Amino acid sequence: MNTSALVVMLSTITLVTGLMLYFFYRVVSAPPKPEPDSYLDNDDEIERQAPRA
Amino acid sequence: MSANKESWGSRVGLILAMAGNAVGLGNFLRFPVQAVQNGGGAFIIPYLICFLVMGIPLLWIEWSMGRFGGKFGHHSTPFIVDTMHRNRLWKYIGVFGIWTNIAVASYYCYLESWTLSYVFHSIGGTFAGLDQNGVSNFFNEYVSLGESTFGIPYEPIVFFVICLLLNTWILSQGLAKGVERVAKIGMPLLILFGIFLAYKGFTITAGEDGAINDSSVGLNFLWTPNFDELWSPTVWLAAAGQIFFTLSVGMGTVHCYASYVRSKDDIALNAMSAGWMNEFVEVVLGAAILIPISIGYLGIEGVTNLVNSQGGLGLGFRTLPYLFYQWGDVLGAVAGVMWFGLLFFAGITSSLAMGTPWIGFLQDEFNWRRKPAAWSFGLIVLMLGMPTVLFFKYGVFDEYDYWAGTVSLVVFALFESILFAWVFGMNKGWREITSGADIEVPSFYKYIIKFVTPLLLLWVFVGSLITPKGGDWAGAFANGWELDDSSIINKIKNTSLKRQLAEATDPEVIQQLQDTLFFVNASRTLLVAVFLSIALLVYIAYKKRVREGRI
Repeated sequence: MNTSALVVMLSTITLVTGLMLYFFYRVVSAPPKPEPDSYLDNDDEIERQAPRA
Repeated sequence: MSANKESWGSRVGLILAMAGNAVGLGNFLRFPVQAVQNGGGAFIIPYLICFLVMGIPLLWIEWSMGRFGGKFGHHSTPFIVDTMHRNRLWKYIGVFGIWTNIAVASYYCYLESWTLSYVFHSIGGTFAGLDQNGVSNFFNEYVSLGESTFGIPYEPIVFFVICLLLNTWILSQGLAKGVERVAKIGMPLLILFGIFLAYKGFTITAGEDGAINDSSVGLNFLWTPNFDELWSPTVWLAAAGQIFFTLSVGMGTVHCYASYVRSKDDIALNAMSAGWMNEFVEVVLGAAILIPISIGYLGIEGVTNLVNSQGGLGLGFRTLPYLFYQWGDVLGAVAGVMWFGLLFFAGITSSLAMGTPWIGFLQDEFNWRRKPAAWSFGLIVLMLGMPTVLFFKYGVFDEYDYWAGTVSLVVFALFESILFAWVFGMNKGWREITSGADIEVPSFYKYIIKFVTPLLLLWVFVGSLITPKGGDWAGAFANGWELDDSSIINKIKNTSLKRQLAEATDPEVIQQLQDTLFFVNASRTLLVAVFLSIALLVYIAYKKRVREGRI
C-alpha cells in the first residue's frame, strides 16, 4: 500500500476501534444503579437493591 | 392506561439492539461505494466530522427525546414530540416516526429476504460453477420472479413472506425476549463473519485463486486520500447523507427503543457506545470486504464500471457470490453463507427496530396487546411490500427507498433538531441528555446541538432539494442554476423519466417507460395515503385522550 493510504487507513481503524472499545468498556464497568432500573435481568442482584428506609 | 409494560433485559442488550438498529446493509454496501466515489481516504475526514457534529448530536437528541417521552408512557414519536411543546400540531410531525418505519420495512424486508434466500442458495451450491454473468443473471431472474433453482414457485415471494413471519414472530415475543435476544445473537455473529471476510479481503494475493491484484490495490483505491475533493460540497453532502443512513436517525426507532429507559438511567454513554459500534462495523469491517475483494479479482476499472452501473447492491449480490467461488467450492459456499448471513443479521436487527414504533403506538393509544400489534405490523408491511416485489422492475422499490428511506429521514431530523434545541429549549434539552449520564458530556455540544446540527441538516435538505446539475455547485452559482435529475424537485417532476420517454423511439421501451411512470406515481400516492391514514389514527388517539382526560 502507498504511505498516505496506509496512514489514513491505520489511523482511522485505530481511532474507530479504540473509541468503540473504550465506550463499551465504560458501559460494562459503570457502577450499578439501584433498583428499580430499566433492565430486567439484574432485578435480583443484591448490590442493586435500594436500601430500605 | 397503556398496555405497554415492557422493559429491556440488560444494558448491553439495549446497546446491541440499538447498534443492530443502526447497522444495516448500507454499512457493507453503501459506505464503501460512497467512499470511492467521493475522494477515497479523504472522504473519511468529512465523514467523521459529520459524525461528530451531526451524528452524535442527533443520537443524543433522539435518545433523550425517547426517554423523556417514556416518562409519560409514550413509546412512539407522535406523542413523544407532543409532550415537548403545547402546540398540538407537533404530533403530526411525529407521524414521520411511524410512517417512515412502515414504508421502509416494506421494501427493506424484501431486501432482507434476498439475503436469506442467498444464504440457502450458497449452502445449496447454486453459484458453484456459474460465471460472473451467470450469477448476475440469477439475480435478474430472481427479482423478475423468474424460474427458481430450488424449484419453488414464486421463490422471492415465499422468502419475503418467511422473512416477514420471522420478523413478526420475534416482535411478538417482546423487547427483552424477542428483539434483544436476536441482537445478542446477531451482532456478535455479524462481527465474527465480518472479521473473517475482512481477513480474506486483506490477504488476497495476485496470481492465487485467479486474483489479478493484491489486496493492497483495492485498499489503496479505497484509502488513498484525494484532498482536492475535500472542498467539494458534493462530498460533504455525501458524507452527511451517509452518516444519516448509517445511524438510522430521523426514523423514530431510536426514540422508541430509548423510551423504555428510565429517567435516572444513562443515555449519553449508551448512545456513544452504540454509535461507535456502528462506526466500527461500517468503517473497519465494511471497508475491508466489498471493494478489496472485488478489485482483487476484477481490477479497478472493472469495479468502477460495476459500481457506476449497479451500485453497491449490485456488486454485493451480482458479483461477490461469483468471486467467493474463486476460493474453491467449500470456502466459496462458506464465504457466501457468511456474507449473506452477515447482511441478513444486519437487516433483521434493523427491520425489527422498524416494527417497534407502530407496536408501541397501538399499545399506548388503543390498548392493543403486543402479539396482535406485532401481527398487524406484519400484515401492513406485507400489503405495502407486495408492490415492491411484484413491480420491482417498474421502480416501486426505488420510490419507497427515495421518499421513505432518504427524504423523510432528513425532514424529520430537521424538525426534531429544531424542536429539541429551539422549541423545547436547549437548557431543558441539555438536562435531559446529561441526566443520569455515566460520562461527562462536553459542554461545547450544547452549542453544536443548538446551532451546528440544525444548520447542517438544513443544508443537507436544501442541498438535496436543489442539487445542481452534476453536483457542480461553483458552476451553478456562476452560470445559473440547472437542477440535477437527482434533486428532490426534479424527482417530484419525474424529469428524468419524462426526458427518457421523449427521447425513446422503440415502442417496447416507450411502453416500459409509461408503465414505470404510472407505477412511480402510484407508489407515491400509496405512500401519501399511508401517511394520512397514520395521521388520522393519531388524531383519533388524541381525541380519545381528551375524552379520557389524559390531556
